[in-house]
Amino acid sequence: METILDIEWILACHVDDVPANGGACIKHGNEQIAIYNFARRGEWYATQNLCPHKQQMALSRGMIGSEGDSCEPKVACPFHKKTFSLLSGECLSGDELQIKTYPVQVIDGKVYIGIV
Amino acid sequence: MSQPTIVVVGNGMVGYKFCEKLISRSNQFNIIVFGEEPRIAYDRVHLSEYFNGKSANDLSLSTSSWYADNGISLHLDDPIQEINCIDKTVHSLKGAVIKYDYLVLATGSSPFVPNIEGVEKKGVFVYRTIDDLDLIREYAANATVGAVMGGGLLGLEAAKALIDLGIKETHVIEFAPRLMPRQIDSAGSAILQSKLKQFGLSIHLNKSTSEIAGDDKIELLKFNDDTSLAVDMLVISAGIRPRDELAKLAGLQTSSRGGIIVNEKMQTSDEHIFAIGECALYNSMIYGLVAPGYEMADIVVTYLTGGDKSFYGYDMSTKLKLIGVDVASFGDAFITEPDCRTIVFEDTHKGIYKRINISNDGKYLLGGILVGEAEAYNILLQTVNNRILLPPNPEDLILGARGGEATEGAGVMSLPDDALICSCEAVSKLDICSAVNDGAKGIDEIKKCTKAGTGCGGCVPLVKDLIAGTLKANGQYVKNVICEHFDYSRQELFDMVKINKLKNYDLVLDHFGHGDGCEVCKPVVASILSSLWNDVIVKQDTIQDSNDRYLANIQKGGTYSVVPRIPGGEITPDKLIVIGQVAKKYGLYTKITGGQRIDMFGAHVNDLPNIWEELIEAGFESGHAYGKSLRTVKSCVGSTWCRYGLHDSVSFAIEIEERYKGVRSPHKLKGGVSGCVRECAEAQAKDFGIIATEKGWNLYVCGNGGSKPQHAQLLATDIDSATCIKYLDRFLMFYIKTADPLTRTATWLNKMDGGIAYLKNVITNNSLDINDQLEEEMQHLVNTYHCEWKEVVENDELRKRFVHFVNAPGEKDPAIKFEPMREQIKAKW
Repeated sequence: METILDIEWILACHVDDVPANGGACIKHGNEQIAIYNFARRGEWYATQNLCPHKQQMALSRGMIGSEGDSCEPKVACPFHKKTFSLLSGECLSGDELQIKTYPVQVIDGKVYIGIV
Repeated sequence: MSQPTIVVVGNGMVGYKFCEKLISRSNQFNIIVFGEEPRIAYDRVHLSEYFNGKSANDLSLSTSSWYADNGISLHLDDPIQEINCIDKTVHSLKGAVIKYDYLVLATGSSPFVPNIEGVEKKGVFVYRTIDDLDLIREYAANATVGAVMGGGLLGLEAAKALIDLGIKETHVIEFAPRLMPRQIDSAGSAILQSKLKQFGLSIHLNKSTSEIAGDDKIELLKFNDDTSLAVDMLVISAGIRPRDELAKLAGLQTSSRGGIIVNEKMQTSDEHIFAIGECALYNSMIYGLVAPGYEMADIVVTYLTGGDKSFYGYDMSTKLKLIGVDVASFGDAFITEPDCRTIVFEDTHKGIYKRINISNDGKYLLGGILVGEAEAYNILLQTVNNRILLPPNPEDLILGARGGEATEGAGVMSLPDDALICSCEAVSKLDICSAVNDGAKGIDEIKKCTKAGTGCGGCVPLVKDLIAGTLKANGQYVKNVICEHFDYSRQELFDMVKINKLKNYDLVLDHFGHGDGCEVCKPVVASILSSLWNDVIVKQDTIQDSNDRYLANIQKGGTYSVVPRIPGGEITPDKLIVIGQVAKKYGLYTKITGGQRIDMFGAHVNDLPNIWEELIEAGFESGHAYGKSLRTVKSCVGSTWCRYGLHDSVSFAIEIEERYKGVRSPHKLKGGVSGCVRECAEAQAKDFGIIATEKGWNLYVCGNGGSKPQHAQLLATDIDSATCIKYLDRFLMFYIKTADPLTRTATWLNKMDGGIAYLKNVITNNSLDINDQLEEEMQHLVNTYHCEWKEVVENDELRKRFVHFVNAPGEKDPAIKFEPMREQIKAKW
């Protein structure tokens, strides 16, 4: 129960704002958050928008997909195709990089992101 | 005691190979090389490529520092004049006197020039050295009609050279009743002849030249049958004569018909003197190919380094491409009944002739001839050399299995381990398979570690098959699949999507893939869908690469660049003003691109639709600078303004750019049109390049700039504009359908078995019988063209996607910052 209390759910956007099987970027204060509508799996994910590889605000414009037998959901930065797990934020292309991930809830056509 | 001195006389391919082999096996020798030519050793086998874009440097077998690096003392432009066998010394033209312990004569051969009246006239050449080629090139610039005396292998090479030099009318004059009399029979010659005619060669058989007439220069060839032929130049290629004069002078045993007589160790009549290559006569035979020359070099090196190896003659089988036609002859090509049985296949429609000679008991292949299609050459040669038992239907060897069970046993993996795969470098099947088992992957690595395929290159397809076969046998065969989600190559998927009429990514993934896709297969499928159906790509924006998703090129910092199409680089003052106004209004940095258009950098994603609305209003269209598609067709000024221009290159460039704009392909495409041979549009560095000639256009394909520059290769000569476009339709569509993802045309061609000759055959001879289809498919793409930006500008739903923050659509990305530079901006980050 405590963990839930720690999370602040903010209204990010409407379902229609994020293209199916793609991403979009929202502004939260000074933060940029990328939201992904993984329509193929009926799942939503959110990460920081900044790609830590070359410090580009670009992950929301990247292609999403899956990797490996476990079908780990991932996003590829459009700049140099570094890929990151949408579950753990870990870099899947072998670099020592990590991105922040956020929990997502969709209620009544509205997308909420959990901020710790 | 000091190191023994070895003097090598002759710095041709065989002399060079001798040095290379010797230093790789021993450092105990002091090596001194004398060469008559001013150049380091070069590749004479591929000499004709000198007229096809290769420079003298490209043909070099090594670098000038190679000799010094390996402690070899090299004397160029300094032929040996005398050998003193008693003192064991050589004397060079420039005065060097060297005492040798061993002497290796690799003096090669010289062209045989028959004693015909007028042979000394200007405009008469031989074809052997780069210097000869330079002389030919210089003279050819002012010649219209050229002739080659001699219809053998070298003569036809020389004829090809004349065609490449732009000689309008090229004749081949052969004394014998057929072409290439040493390699092929009359029926094969007839097929070859009809093929060569298509390339514009006039062939005269049974012609004996009696006089070369003209005032100081050649004007007319007179023949014994009282006919004549007016020509501006003549290249004599009537055979070779071994360079044995030095040996003769030194008292070494030579043959009255030419050649330095050697034993099976390549020793001459003086045991300290060896002769190798085309100057050596073994068992009354001169071996005029490079592979036996290399073998001879190997035998001498083995002897000098204490080994024991002998020469027992050499297989003179050859396969080559003459002016785009495959010709091969192997084993005992001319044996006839009753000493054997022959199986002959002749197709005068496609220009294919195949003959195999089999033993009377039907068990063994003895030899054969292939003209027009020689893919089976390597395996047939192996079947002869390794005395492999023939299948019950030996005709399958040249016809393929027709129904019923395919013939097993003829595959490369069934060859014995000691089968010689690369005869130039004497590499066996076992050598190659072991290298693969030791981890070498791909032909390049095999070339590096075994040297197989580095000589004439003829065995490369066989080596590739062996690599694939070995990997497969080890269970590590890796197909060229797109990614983990699709177990197909791009070409396979292309056909499957087409046949099943699939129109979106999810359907393709559901039908033929697994998992959820990724950043590799999404753009590949997007490109295939676009090349097939040409739908508006932003309708499936999330499978596009970022640039295609936003129809602009993402730049450092996250801004985009805007490139309107400026076909052929031609633009009106009014349109220039509009570009200036738009750039100023949206604060964009402007630069002229390498493709003769104007790039505007620094656009916020939010501004893109507005920028394009203004550009489209002024008559601009998308330039597709963001797409794997046609970028630009660069043009020179052409005949409308340029005093040298032959044709209107600008109009043609515009026509072509307008035709193929928007067509999606495996990688970007660039074109060029030059109005004359000065080539100001640099068309030969493009995926397709068109250069004006007196009679029409020359079409070049598969060139590349970039990190690995490559000259485009000639696909067709002197064609009219309509034919040029037809060939381009076929070429581009063939590329679009068959290339791997992100493979430029140059790499695509480099990987293609058969190379440019194969491609030429497909495009100009319809060898795959697909040209109607290719043209139709291209026409569909042309007919369905749309300006992608116009679609977006006019569609509010699509426009809405060009925002940075979906929850604050009016706000631009605050992370983007600029700083001033030379009165413009640059990204700050």
